[in-house]
Amino acid sequence: MSHHLVEAENLRYVYPDGTVALRDVSFRITHGESVAVIGANGAGKSTLLLHLNGYLAPTAGEVRIGDLSFTRKTLPEIRRRVGMVFQDPDDQLFMPTVYEDVAFGPINLGLSAAEVEARVQEALERVGAEHLRERPPYRLSGGEKKRVAIATVLSMAPDILVMDEPTNGLDPFARRRLMELLKDFRHTKIFTSHDLDMVLELCERTIVLHDGEIRADGPTLDIFRDDGLLAGCRLEKPLSMQECPVCGSSSQQKEREG
Amino acid sequence: MASIEGTILDFKRLDQLATGGTSLHKIDARAKVLVTIVFLLSVVSFDRYALTALFPFFLYPTVVLALGNLPVDYFVKKVALFLPFALAVGMLNPLFDREMMVRLGPFDISGGWVSCASIVVRAILTISAALLLVGVTGFPEICRALERLGVPQTFAVQLLFLYRYIFVLTEEGARSSRARELRSFGGKGLGIKSFGSLVGHLLLRTWMRADRIHMAMLARGFTGEFRARQTSRFGGRELLFLLGWSTLFIVLRLRNVSRLLGSLVTGAPP
Repeated sequence: MSHHLVEAENLRYVYPDGTVALRDVSFRITHGESVAVIGANGAGKSTLLLHLNGYLAPTAGEVRIGDLSFTRKTLPEIRRRVGMVFQDPDDQLFMPTVYEDVAFGPINLGLSAAEVEARVQEALERVGAEHLRERPPYRLSGGEKKRVAIATVLSMAPDILVMDEPTNGLDPFARRRLMELLKDFRHTKIFTSHDLDMVLELCERTIVLHDGEIRADGPTLDIFRDDGLLAGCRLEKPLSMQECPVCGSSSQQKEREG
Repeated sequence: MASIEGTILDFKRLDQLATGGTSLHKIDARAKVLVTIVFLLSVVSFDRYALTALFPFFLYPTVVLALGNLPVDYFVKKVALFLPFALAVGMLNPLFDREMMVRLGPFDISGGWVSCASIVVRAILTISAALLLVGVTGFPEICRALERLGVPQTFAVQLLFLYRYIFVLTEEGARSSRARELRSFGGKGLGIKSFGSLVGHLLLRTWMRADRIHMAMLARGFTGEFRARQTSRFGGRELLFLLGWSTLFIVLRLRNVSRLLGSLVTGAPP
């Protein structure tokens, strides 16, 4: 299943105004991996994500999805393989109804009407949003919007799921539901997030970006145990790994489980 | 800012009404759009002193309200909201046009008053027809109908996006304005100047959002062509609807039915 690979090689990106957002970033993410990209504000996370579906073209270096490098010809195929869910669902849901939004990708792929219908149904069922089918996007709650936004991408049957801040702005219950949902996906998953507890639960691997460079890349637990690294990158341990503010005991149990 | 937010909510209500399931809702949007266009053309093409001839046209909004199972008070309020504008347009007519036209008992009514009344009646008719069209069809359906009727796709899609993001943008604008108000402590804040930068920021934010939306579209294989599902077709029912109403409007336009009825009742020659 080589087309589930995501590879970046000496990736460098400079914004037109001269800001260097990424300097020499290299990594390789293999099939079925669940990887978090974390870092302080302005570390280059979003810029990195935008390279993964070819919205930004690297100033130097290369990104490959499976066996494909980015060219004009491969772009449509890469965009189908890499399902990208943006941070603000209002940007992602632009059609008059949920149905049409979820159908937007499959229709653009040129699928038949019956196939589009089947894809939409399946994607909506997958995220538990069948009942929202005919709703306009502005009549959805934050959690519903997020799940529908994921469905709009699932309907294109991507191999790789890329999400920018998936749990941002969700209430605890909606966040929990979303995490359960994401846990079940068998895709290669790449998340950026400041929600480090979510990262701890969902991602076995973490890449730490700081000032456009990869500071660390390894098992999530190892990274969160490295206090020096976290402090140096303006990060903190996930709350579940910090000491309990009431009884003072640290949640060693969790670490031992990991 | 409560009023702006309230207006948005009202828009949403109009949209919700369009999801009704009456026979009128089910008619293909193109038929409804065309009937509305014929209606508008008939109403606005009358001579400027036409007044009595306009009244039979109220039949159409009344029938649509009834068949579409729409809340009358809601639409009356919406139309009333626009009346001051119509009045402002017609207000000066009585001053400039003082020639007597009608004598009602002891009152002489000048042409100016008649034409002013005509403007107001026309405004009521046209605005209610347009609002009712949205109420029984829904804005997105209207855009799609326009496109299928031959309006350039770019234009139809623009309208569609305008409608989708008007909610998001007005909410954003309302939030900015509220933030400004809360820090101006009942005074004028920094006056009109602060509004300038507020609007500027809003524009920039809108621009950035447009960029992100475009990004989301590209990510899902958008190639520049909008392909939407085709839901309804133009059948016999639609043809009947279109021909029936259009014929009626044209007859009402060419013949003053009010006067005919009046002469029938009073026995005087029309």
